[in-house]
Amino acid sequence: MSFKIIVLAKQVPDTRNIGKDAMKEDGTVNRAALPAIFNPEDLNALEMALHIKDNIKDATITIITMGPSRAAEIVRESMYRGADNGVVVSDRKVAGSDTLATSYTIAQAVKKLGKFDLVIAGRQAIDGDTAQVGPQTAEKLECPQITYAEEVVMVNENKIQIKRRLENGVEVVESKYPCLITVHGSAKECRSRNAKFLMKFKKAKSNSELQELGQDYSALWNEKPYLKIDEWSAADIMAEDSRLGLTGSPTKVKKIENVVLTQKESKVLTPKDEDINDLMKELISSHILG
Amino acid sequence: MNNVFVYCEVTEERLIADVSLELVSKGRKLADELGVKLEAIVCGDGIKDIEAILYPYGVDIINYAKDSRLFPYQTLPHFSIVTKLFQEKKPEIALFGATSVGRDLAPRIASYLRTGLTADCTTLEIGNHTENKTGKEYKNLLYQIRPAFGGNIIATIINPDCRPQMATVREGVMKKEILSGNHKGILNFLKVEDYTKNDDFCLKIIERHIEEQKINIKGAQIIVCGGYGMGSKENFKLVHELADVIQGEVGGTRAASDAGMTEHERQIGQTGVTVRPKLYIACGVSGAVQHRVGMQDSSKIISINTDPNAPINKIADYTIIGDVLEVLPKMIKYYKSNTK
Repeated sequence: MSFKIIVLAKQVPDTRNIGKDAMKEDGTVNRAALPAIFNPEDLNALEMALHIKDNIKDATITIITMGPSRAAEIVRESMYRGADNGVVVSDRKVAGSDTLATSYTIAQAVKKLGKFDLVIAGRQAIDGDTAQVGPQTAEKLECPQITYAEEVVMVNENKIQIKRRLENGVEVVESKYPCLITVHGSAKECRSRNAKFLMKFKKAKSNSELQELGQDYSALWNEKPYLKIDEWSAADIMAEDSRLGLTGSPTKVKKIENVVLTQKESKVLTPKDEDINDLMKELISSHILG
Repeated sequence: MNNVFVYCEVTEERLIADVSLELVSKGRKLADELGVKLEAIVCGDGIKDIEAILYPYGVDIINYAKDSRLFPYQTLPHFSIVTKLFQEKKPEIALFGATSVGRDLAPRIASYLRTGLTADCTTLEIGNHTENKTGKEYKNLLYQIRPAFGGNIIATIINPDCRPQMATVREGVMKKEILSGNHKGILNFLKVEDYTKNDDFCLKIIERHIEEQKINIKGAQIIVCGGYGMGSKENFKLVHELADVIQGEVGGTRAASDAGMTEHERQIGQTGVTVRPKLYIACGVSGAVQHRVGMQDSSKIISINTDPNAPINKIADYTIIGDVLEVLPKMIKYYKSNTK
């Protein structure tokens, strides 16, 4: 029996480069207007999975990502670093999902993959910072969760010990399998691409990607099945429509407001000595300082 | 209408955590507005003066699951207790601290109860809602207000159809307020065997090292905060130097801590700490809304920035348009030579 690790990864808009058209009128994110990157903590999660794979014979890593078809890039990037295969869950029906609907969709995909030992995900994604999808997915899979993981202390086929990073310290916990882990950004950074894997998976593509390129891979996929990045629709994962997307999301955006700042009575100063000295003098004499 | 619930965290010292007392204070106001009772849930053991601590904040009912196995916190037993209690009592609103405990527990509960949860709210209010398509009216919903993705945007999130309406709030965002020393409630012990299964205790805690908080910017009266505009970790030392000299604490923006210039513990803003010092000196801080919500209640704000149009300048009492590397040493020098 091989040891099965599933890594949840998300392609996210790079919130460090946000433009004006970042939000749509309905209050959801306009992903098309933003550069897409591998969610940083999901890379930490991938590294943790690779580390476990290094230590357990016959371990395999499958990536699950949910998003538009271009999210296949996430699967390919993971393959270059050592993941074995991956699947993109993509369907118009999942658009506008809040964390509850997202975790339902992901849990359905995990269930389709069959029995697993570990699910590993980043603690949170930078486009929402909620850290909710991990624990919610664990609940739907009815398995224990270990959040805020920083390091694998010990791992074998039967159990795992994880160091958790808490506000004021650390805690080491031990769990049997199956179990879901969310990984903190303080964990080890992901290893870089491996030349061998890069060669092997360079041509890995999903169906939608091939359609866009106007290519046919059927012969190639027969010969090298590992070059196929699976795409699953809502129907493929046996999802109930009422639990997907906006319909399946209990939270609704009531309104979005631009914050208009009213200018305070602000004194504008220059960096000249007189200005700085006067300011400091005033702060000291009014007992704000000293 | 049903009651408002607050999940209360227990500290290493076996006290109720500050964030929970802040939420109880807020919960009291929400409960008053709705005309309902405020209930607390506490899971743990040996908690000192639980009634004497919670009643003055306006708690009407303390639901106490008392068992030595419930401290330190573990997900599954706490999850089982709270979900079962929620299924029995069907709260209107349930609040959790946005801490490593609350952020671990609340989502799992929301998932099981199939209800909505909004993370890191900065304001909670009661309000009405009319559904655009159907014209359906909702009275007295919880507005869960938080800065959202992207620039200067504040989103109001509602959860019209599912209960409880759940939200997490960071420490320091709400104010701790005593209602009355005379307020009394009732203590309701939960029989832990009835609320948990043996399987809930499947995780083993091997070891724990919890330290006193070394960095404490929440209570600081003077804060010098460095932003991405400090440029480098090396330059960031100037922020520390000024803070040392004027006996303040050092804070950082998310951009600065993500860039490794300073520790994440020092991060001020929506996903960090909320502060209200007497004096806030923002050095190379642009002032995105996520940062401002964590410091805008400071009594006096000084901004040092090369960009005259930085949003932070609009809420500053003093704006020094200039290079931090030039200004900070001058402030340090003046203070050193003009105080004892």
